[in-house]
Amino acid sequence: MTGRENIIIDIEHVSKSFGGNQVLKDISLYIRKGEFVTLLGPSGCGKTTLLRLLAGFLQPDEGKIMMEWEGKGGKADFRDVAGIPPHLRPLNTVFQRYALFPHLDVYDNIAFGLKLKGVPKDEIETRVKKVLKLVSMSDYEDRDVDSLSGGQQQRVAIARAIINQPKVLLLDEPLAALDLKMRQDMQIELKEMHQKLGITFIYVTHDQGEALTLSDTIVVMNEGKIQQIGTPTDIYNEPVNSFVADFIGESNILNGTMIRDREVNFIGHDFPCVDEGFGENVPVDVVIRPEDVVIGVSIDGAQFTGKVKSCAFKGVHYEMYVDTDSGNELQIQDYDAYEPGTAVEMKINPDDIQVMRKERTENVLECEIIDENHIEMLGEEFECSSIPSGADGPAKAHIKFSKVDLWDHVEDGVTTGEVWFILYKGDHYHLTVKTESGEFIYVDTDDIWDKGDLVGVSIQPGDIIVEAGNGQEK
Amino acid sequence: MGKRSNWALPYFIFLVLFVALPLLLIVLYALRDGSGGFTLSNITRFFSDGDALSTFAVSIEVAIENTLICLLLGYPAAYILANKDLNKSAVTAILFILPMWVNALMRTLATAELFNVCGFTLGKGTLIFGMVYDYLPFMIYPIYNVLLKMDKSYGEAAADLGATPSEVFRKITLPLSKPGIFSGILMVFMPTVSTFAISEFLTNNKIKLFGTIIQENINSSMWNYGAALSFIMLVIIGLTTILLGGEDREIEGGTL
Repeated sequence: MTGRENIIIDIEHVSKSFGGNQVLKDISLYIRKGEFVTLLGPSGCGKTTLLRLLAGFLQPDEGKIMMEWEGKGGKADFRDVAGIPPHLRPLNTVFQRYALFPHLDVYDNIAFGLKLKGVPKDEIETRVKKVLKLVSMSDYEDRDVDSLSGGQQQRVAIARAIINQPKVLLLDEPLAALDLKMRQDMQIELKEMHQKLGITFIYVTHDQGEALTLSDTIVVMNEGKIQQIGTPTDIYNEPVNSFVADFIGESNILNGTMIRDREVNFIGHDFPCVDEGFGENVPVDVVIRPEDVVIGVSIDGAQFTGKVKSCAFKGVHYEMYVDTDSGNELQIQDYDAYEPGTAVEMKINPDDIQVMRKERTENVLECEIIDENHIEMLGEEFECSSIPSGADGPAKAHIKFSKVDLWDHVEDGVTTGEVWFILYKGDHYHLTVKTESGEFIYVDTDDIWDKGDLVGVSIQPGDIIVEAGNGQEK
Repeated sequence: MGKRSNWALPYFIFLVLFVALPLLLIVLYALRDGSGGFTLSNITRFFSDGDALSTFAVSIEVAIENTLICLLLGYPAAYILANKDLNKSAVTAILFILPMWVNALMRTLATAELFNVCGFTLGKGTLIFGMVYDYLPFMIYPIYNVLLKMDKSYGEAAADLGATPSEVFRKITLPLSKPGIFSGILMVFMPTVSTFAISEFLTNNKIKLFGTIIQENINSSMWNYGAALSFIMLVIIGLTTILLGGEDREIEGGTL
């Protein structure tokens, strides 16, 4: 990435909570002039909150937002925008459901901002005409906004914002309400508009395809934190963690071990790769894009074999699920179809193996030792058989992912949780479960759960390894 | 004709018996003389009856004053109640509507008694006070309803386009709450024209309203003239409704 020149907005360590629920956690991000930046993430990741902080509808609890500001005599300086109300900020917003004023016609909606500024009538008229032409809505001036289709309302909303010649245009999921075909057309138009206007676009979406198509820079967010910032190619080819890999595009996310530099083991085989600096015999996550697996009945330099389980035509390519010789399942895309049951050979080029450091290799939870056989953890009392004698007070509990038991009936567990996030790892699922106490516990399981399932959570007494002494050190 | 249309029958009978028939009777009585012959004299009599005309003028004046005061007090109240930053609890809204649960006659009687105890002379002031007190909830409620349902993003969009808070109010909130204002005006203005109980209790009949003379005529068995006056009032109320409501009635809105 290039350096910090030409910056128009600088967000520094911004946090925001609503009623004790922290939706943005220490966000730092800078945006360059003329860039098309997309804030991408699942619903509830904080992306819209960040946009509303920029627009001035919300104020950050911590941190500050700096914006380039037109100073006296046209000299630009940089200013902390804390406390500056929305109507004074040099940016305009395209709202998610457009928010066109229902009591005004198309012309008056678009002219709204200019009229407030006291721009002369004839100038307003020429500018409205020009901007209507830009959004391909000429001759719609006198129409009632309620009589317009979703796509047309969308165009009017964009026209209403850009006529004020903002330096930055904020777009809050502007295409979410349109159907697929319309959405694709509008994507192309938005991109063209961005090039024509030359202003900065900050775009919020949960649609990864949209983000990849439109953006110069993508900011992937999850649970109030920035996961990765990069160009669409960077983000797609080199996701930094399993969340990004799973969220952007299709992928096989597998458990692996980095044997040494440039050699990684997964699905029971050693593969040459291009990654270095992980150390030796370190557990890692490996991401393989479905289109990067070379597949054939007989291929040169085959690294492993398997049997096709299913095959479906997806328009351009075939999507297959293949059981490998080591019992893992791989999703593979290829232009040739292989019937289910076919024995196939496969290989993966070193370049196409993306190795990521594991965020964690086991659960480590804060706990409190109650007596020789019990600890308090996740807000509940757990039986535990490995407490060092004489230890008490606060401690840390280590639990392997595979040793956490989930139950259909919440009464069967010691505590309850909600399935928050699911990763398929080729031969098992890796779940993130949010427990009642608000803490996360990570679980490896062969069972199929759905996102949002309520589950009982329990752990065998022998599977909790308590590391005492946390409290005595200080 | 499906079977389901039969379900409407009881309501149809109700409408005929209690709405259409009484209206027809009013017209019938208004167009007859004492011996049962057809005549227009009841109607024409009103226009030459100086007493009735001046009472009518007073009624309209009182109704306009009452409506204006209710609007001036009611709009800010509704605005505050509907604004989640200013009013965090739904209970406050209910408290404002609460007087509607008590019979208007009771409230008026109690108010009159209060005035007596405090030693106020009953007159126009007490009349207007009583009317505002009685009808204010009918102004607040429809406006509150419209403001509460209004999409907050309109105001945000306006602010985003450079409107100061007062400009947001004048250019967005106020015009968009028009349906509620119209409903409120209708619900206050119409019943005030025809009221008689309030003026009876709160002015000791010093000030007569149009409703009062209808009541007097009916009470003294002058049914034909009474019916004619009722008919004239209906026409006037109907005209006001059409004039006020013609504009924006189709916008989702604020009637009770």
